[in-house]
Amino acid sequence: MNTGQQPPNPLRDPRDKRLPRVAGPCVLVLFGVTGDLSRKKLLPAIYDLANRGLLPPGFSLVGFARRDWEHQDFRQLAHDAVKEHARTPFREDVWNQLAEGIHFVPGTFDDPGAFETLAMAVKELDEQRGTGGNYAFYLSIPPKFFQEVVQQLQASGLSQPSEGSWRRVVIEKPFGHDLASAQELNAILHEVFPEESIFRIDHYLGKETVQNILALRFANNLFEPIWNRSYVDHVQITMAEDIGIGGRAGYFDGVGTARDVIQNHLLQLLALTAMEEPVSFAAESVRAEKAKVLSAVRLPKDLGANTVRGQYAAGWQGGVKVRGYHEEEGIPPNSRTDTYAAVRVDVDTRRWAGVPFYLRTGKRLARRATEVALVFQRAPHLPFAATDTEELGQNALVIRVQPDEGVTMRFGSKVPGTSMEVRDVNMDFDYGESFTESSPEAYERLLLDVLIGDPPLFPRQEEVELSWEILDPIEEYWDKHGKPELYKAGSWGPKAADEMMARDGRAWRRL
Amino acid sequence: MNIDLTNTTTRKVLDALSAARHRMGGPATGKVLTLVVLTEEASQYDAVRASTEAAREHPCRIIVVIARSPGGESRLDAEVRVGETGPGETVVLRLYGQLIEHADSVVLPLLVPDTPVVAWWPGIAPDRPAEEPLGALAQRRVTDAKGGSDPLGTLNRLAEAYVPGDTDFAWTRITGWRTLLAATLDQPHDDITGACVEADPKNPSAALLAAWLSVRLAVPCTVAESHGPGITGVRLTTTAGDIAITRPDGRVATLSRPEQPDRQVALHRRPTSELLAEELRRLDPDEVYRDAVLRYAKGLGEPAEAKEAGAEAKEAGGEAKEAGGEAKEAGGEAEQTPEAAAAPAKAPRGGRGKKS
Repeated sequence: MNTGQQPPNPLRDPRDKRLPRVAGPCVLVLFGVTGDLSRKKLLPAIYDLANRGLLPPGFSLVGFARRDWEHQDFRQLAHDAVKEHARTPFREDVWNQLAEGIHFVPGTFDDPGAFETLAMAVKELDEQRGTGGNYAFYLSIPPKFFQEVVQQLQASGLSQPSEGSWRRVVIEKPFGHDLASAQELNAILHEVFPEESIFRIDHYLGKETVQNILALRFANNLFEPIWNRSYVDHVQITMAEDIGIGGRAGYFDGVGTARDVIQNHLLQLLALTAMEEPVSFAAESVRAEKAKVLSAVRLPKDLGANTVRGQYAAGWQGGVKVRGYHEEEGIPPNSRTDTYAAVRVDVDTRRWAGVPFYLRTGKRLARRATEVALVFQRAPHLPFAATDTEELGQNALVIRVQPDEGVTMRFGSKVPGTSMEVRDVNMDFDYGESFTESSPEAYERLLLDVLIGDPPLFPRQEEVELSWEILDPIEEYWDKHGKPELYKAGSWGPKAADEMMARDGRAWRRL
Repeated sequence: MNIDLTNTTTRKVLDALSAARHRMGGPATGKVLTLVVLTEEASQYDAVRASTEAAREHPCRIIVVIARSPGGESRLDAEVRVGETGPGETVVLRLYGQLIEHADSVVLPLLVPDTPVVAWWPGIAPDRPAEEPLGALAQRRVTDAKGGSDPLGTLNRLAEAYVPGDTDFAWTRITGWRTLLAATLDQPHDDITGACVEADPKNPSAALLAAWLSVRLAVPCTVAESHGPGITGVRLTTTAGDIAITRPDGRVATLSRPEQPDRQVALHRRPTSELLAEELRRLDPDEVYRDAVLRYAKGLGEPAEAKEAGAEAKEAGGEAKEAGGEAKEAGGEAEQTPEAAAAPAKAPRGGRGKKS
């Protein structure tokens, strides 16, 4: 058997675009198998990958949890999760083949014996199923357990790759709750795993539309010339949710939506929207540009006037009477946690000087929608009578991230008729992709990237820390000043948010 | 919305399309291409269904062209479907009489402006797709060698008539196999000295798979008969033993490598809509397919047919017989030895270049 440097694979040909990337032999070890995320997203995504032929032959999945379970029980859980949530049709043979590789190791995080058993189990899989000693550890568990788990992985020798194999660790947000805790978390992980084998999942970055931001900007000549302060008046980045906090009270209260959403999703969207062109799409180049632009983000001097936070009150959301945040189960009546947050930031670069970026996110808003909107300056001169253009707003280019993934352009058009009246119209591009088998769900894409070891879509430590540096002063200000303003569930957020925009002579887009 | 137009013209069809769109508030925007389906009355239902499913991934205008009785008066009947089954628009055209010869005059005005055109023959492939009036309109011409009664002969004809932009479902069907094989060779392996594809007789996909392996690996590659369904196995002979992928049931494949445990992976046969969606995903010429189909025509599969047709093949020229002999009789060429096998395998077209 060859052990040295392999010659290039003769069957791979850059012209052969039909062949997808397929992960090499490996085992995925999943911690926290019973969680919501694992049932609704991870297990279905693994099945979908298998169904599309993107997992290697012999791929194995090992679940680890504090349950008195046999392999069979975990397979049953996975089976049910797949049946209910998988995107692709359920095929018995795909499932059977996948199920054979599903194993379960019972144990608690503080039990070295359980990790010994785990080490034995994966070694056995290497022998039985030819997984080649490559392990990815997916920590779908609360961050407070990370330390214990990674140390156990180290103690049991699991974290140490043998010659020619790899180890990867996958973590989900939150990556800390402020800069200090993020650094602490990184320190814990770095004790055992090098940075290049840590994959931080921000599932937004796996979405087609988010990746399309890069295609839209850098593959076209139509948009880039106007993608700057000469034409753009301001940028609005929104992530609105119609749901409340549901069963996440324990996690959410004390954290708030700014930490939960702005720190990662919205700032990543901002980075992709505002960054300069990377020299290539290699992971390092893209990350370097993102880090550059994040380090150029500046907060306004008057945080009171340029940030808003809110809490939803009881109301009617989408035809259903819903509870207010304080009435949600497990929320203390004096909680000051924000369920709505809006901030203005500036990007101090030549491209964006003087162009404010408004970020907003909230729960229990009127509708679920995530988008990036570039709102353009008004035409410098309108050769029409003022009455003809009363209805004409600002041009806008909107990247709709979800739902209805696509791109919208808004511009003025003449209303049919004898009078010259100009009004806003929308031109939509929809991603037909979104409803077929071949368009991967974000988790599929990201899981596959982890197993292949392709890092561009994962934020690295530097980006995480830069994001906290942006958010921390806001959180500190909020801690000391005032409290969240109530807004009616099912509305578009607190009045203060509209007032904040009005002070700048602008208004939020109604989504 | 379904609009039937009998004895009509393209102008009326276009009017019907825009009227339908207008009435529905414009649901059919954002079309990325026009798909022209050339089929017969009997198979049009399946073809339209597959196209509509593929259109969910690639929003497009589907123009189905059905040639009816060539005798009698020229006539055009059209059926316009908007927003009925999928995101795009479907126009079913039935051509009678002399008009059949001038189908392009009907289709040309109906193409979505400034977007690519793909022509698809779900049934019997034409002899020279690019020279068909409708084939000439298209960037991509998709045939199905399996659609006729003589798949291997069809493949030979298609190879001979190949122009950039041609592709065949026989090739699309083996993407799964090729993916698995490529992934297998991503892992360390010993030098490959030969390859064999096992499939039911007359399987054009097996022929293309063998041809592809022979081009890429630059080793002799044969096709052995099995009972199917489809391709049942691929065996790569290495100096340390065989790397084999077997799929006896058309569903689950087993990968065996020397000194390693057997591994299983699902490898199912895909429905037409998925094949079509894959074809629509890329619209530039598929050079890898070209390499494979030309290699096949030079003589890899059925010796007799391959030689005959190969002799006329553009690129293969008079060497086809020689090449056919080589492959079949485990040719005594230098490519046989493992050292030589590794070297040309790296250069994309090394194998073929060597012979000419």
